[in-house]
Amino acid sequence: MKKLLFLGFISAILALPAHAALKIFATVPEWGALAQEIGGSRVSVYTATTGLQDPHRVDAKPSLIARARSAQLVVATGAELEIGWLPVVLRESGNREIQPGRPGYFEAAGVVAMRDVPQVLDRAHGDVHAGGNPHIQMDPRNILKVAESLTARMVELDPVEAMAYRSGLQEFSVKWQAAIQRWQKEAASLKGIPVLVQHDAFSYLNAWLGMKQAGVLEPKPGVEPSGAFLADMLARQQAQPARMVLRPAYQYDTPARWMAERAKIPAVTLPFTVGGTPEASDLFSLFDDTIRRLLAGLQQK
Amino acid sequence: MNTPSLAALACALPICLSPLAGHAANDADLAEIRKQLQQIKDAYEQRIATLESKLAKAEGTATTVATTAREAETLARQASLRPPATAPASGFNPEVSLILQGQYRKMKDVEHRQISGFWPGTTHDHDDDHNHGASQRGLSIDHTELVFEANIDPYWRGKAVFAMADGEVETEEAYFQSLALGHGFGLKGGRIRSGIGYLNEQHAHAWDFSDAPLMYSAMFGEHANYTADGAQLKWVAPTPFFLEFGTEIGRGAKFPGTDRNGNGIGDGTLFVHVGDDIGASNSWRAGLSYLQTKAKGRSSGDGFFTAADGSDAVGIFDGKSKTMIADFVWKWSPNGNPKYRNFKLQGEYFQRQEKGSLDCQDDDENPCNGGAGVLSDYKTRQSGWYLQGVYQFTSNWRVGLRYDRLDSGSRKFYENTANIEADNYRPKRVTLMADYSWSEFSRMRLQFAQDKSMQGVTDNQVWLQYIMSLGAHGAHKF
Repeated sequence: MKKLLFLGFISAILALPAHAALKIFATVPEWGALAQEIGGSRVSVYTATTGLQDPHRVDAKPSLIARARSAQLVVATGAELEIGWLPVVLRESGNREIQPGRPGYFEAAGVVAMRDVPQVLDRAHGDVHAGGNPHIQMDPRNILKVAESLTARMVELDPVEAMAYRSGLQEFSVKWQAAIQRWQKEAASLKGIPVLVQHDAFSYLNAWLGMKQAGVLEPKPGVEPSGAFLADMLARQQAQPARMVLRPAYQYDTPARWMAERAKIPAVTLPFTVGGTPEASDLFSLFDDTIRRLLAGLQQK
Repeated sequence: MNTPSLAALACALPICLSPLAGHAANDADLAEIRKQLQQIKDAYEQRIATLESKLAKAEGTATTVATTAREAETLARQASLRPPATAPASGFNPEVSLILQGQYRKMKDVEHRQISGFWPGTTHDHDDDHNHGASQRGLSIDHTELVFEANIDPYWRGKAVFAMADGEVETEEAYFQSLALGHGFGLKGGRIRSGIGYLNEQHAHAWDFSDAPLMYSAMFGEHANYTADGAQLKWVAPTPFFLEFGTEIGRGAKFPGTDRNGNGIGDGTLFVHVGDDIGASNSWRAGLSYLQTKAKGRSSGDGFFTAADGSDAVGIFDGKSKTMIADFVWKWSPNGNPKYRNFKLQGEYFQRQEKGSLDCQDDDENPCNGGAGVLSDYKTRQSGWYLQGVYQFTSNWRVGLRYDRLDSGSRKFYENTANIEADNYRPKRVTLMADYSWSEFSRMRLQFAQDKSMQGVTDNQVWLQYIMSLGAHGAHKF
């Protein structure tokens, strides 16, 4: 009888599904893609926004609360990027494990060197982020730093799969470093090129490739430009010409197009994150496409 | 610098020369003039060269200064990467925000401004002689809202909302909220805006119109929301779509209940919310809610009941009030990016049943109609709904249309039937608004309404309102 019970118990255990995948809730596509690179089939990733959504301005939608409810790890950018919706989603989810301060809450901005940290916090300067410019994913070296910390967090939460995550990271980082070398070589001609940006979203990209930001087509972060402001920028453009206007795919193209037409420089739409353009389908193609588009812009006269 | 001055010189020369050339005929004169001009030109060129070299020098210094400044700034930025080890104690201060609201409002002067056919929810003592901004005509400021919010510790979060007006501070909300219950549970305790309906949890500054739907005024009186001192328990189901159940128990001191000075629990609510996305562009939420509360000695005040002889009568209600609300909201934005364009459609329906006794009195609290105190049974079933759509078509502009409709429904006064006149009436209102937002923190709104909520009165209202929020303004719910 005892033996029978024991056998029954063993078979019940075997019948259980293999170790369940780690449920990851990524706020933006780049972290979703990164978690997928590291975790492979051992993680199930839900990405809260697409490459065509402004991550600053998303509603705390019911679907997000539902997904956060069952998540084991939230991967956010932080630096107030998601301040308009994530705090509500996390609190309303009733999920203790993913609250800030818990291992189930990971902020990418916490592990990289932040740029544009404001000296003065005043809303007269627009929608400024106290933690610095949150668009850190545009420098691939940051992606690698985040990958390392994220792997450590995934290992902490799911130690059974530690080996798999570490080898996932290893594989990714070898490929990634090679890719960075390749991108830097390809993008060598972009060094020192002055560019206008529609939103101050390319600070890290400019720093990485050595492009010079000649101006932002927003009078203040997050504030849409007026006609007078654009005219002023155009006058400055004639004095200090920039070679192209950069715009993240999620923004309206009106200001960039306006400037491009009048200044006779190309307007370059950059994917900004995975899914921002049809070509940017994963992290590698995100940078392939970004550099391809920049170089195409540079050659266009 | 160089080119324009030379160009100016070049332009000036023929102009200078032309009158001279007319008069000076001989070659010697011409040669003299040419010589002088050459001298002038040389002098200018020399001066320009000197100026240019000075300028270049100055520019060089400026660049060095700028570079140094930039380097210093970068250093400062790097230094500010991590907060200093000795962060000041003020770092723990709660997030504070202040909301300024004010308006110009043009509307008719109506003595008893209350919805015909619906029990006036005036549970405040001060209402007779004190008008809040919302019902004031002309220029006025509304309540100024002060909000404090912070995590208390890893387990709890706290929030308080105070509404300040002249001579009074009202605690609109003051509660703690659990952070660490887990398993989808959330607990709130304190003074809470009930989770029933859709609009109930929203503070006035988050409304899409300057005033609440008629339905909310009919259900909950002037403040147009149901708030109770008590506790709320919510549970989010582990489903791939949003499914949430909630229940509350409270003091039940607010209309339609009354403060009963008892030891028991005064009100109870139940609600369920369902929601999800359809594609990237559409999200929705629907809900069903139930509120049960009790009233004792709830006075109708003046102007609600009319005695058979035409004089004002006052009704005193004791009994149970049950309210059911169905709500839905649907939001659309291209690719789920609401910044530039979005549309929001929202509607709610309610039905309320009240059952108990009615004591009919006249103004001087004498029994109705001069007879003995007339105490009768009382039973009502009333309903109403609203539907509104708000379309944002640029990053700054929105327009909205709202339609309100109520039904005074069936009201039975039994023994008091002969003492009280009860006309059936279906109040309605159409509202049109346009608002402009400079940023997420500032908004100006113009609203027109044709209000037929009072029998026999068509009130065309104009409302110009501002809403400004200062400080750490937290995220709004869906």
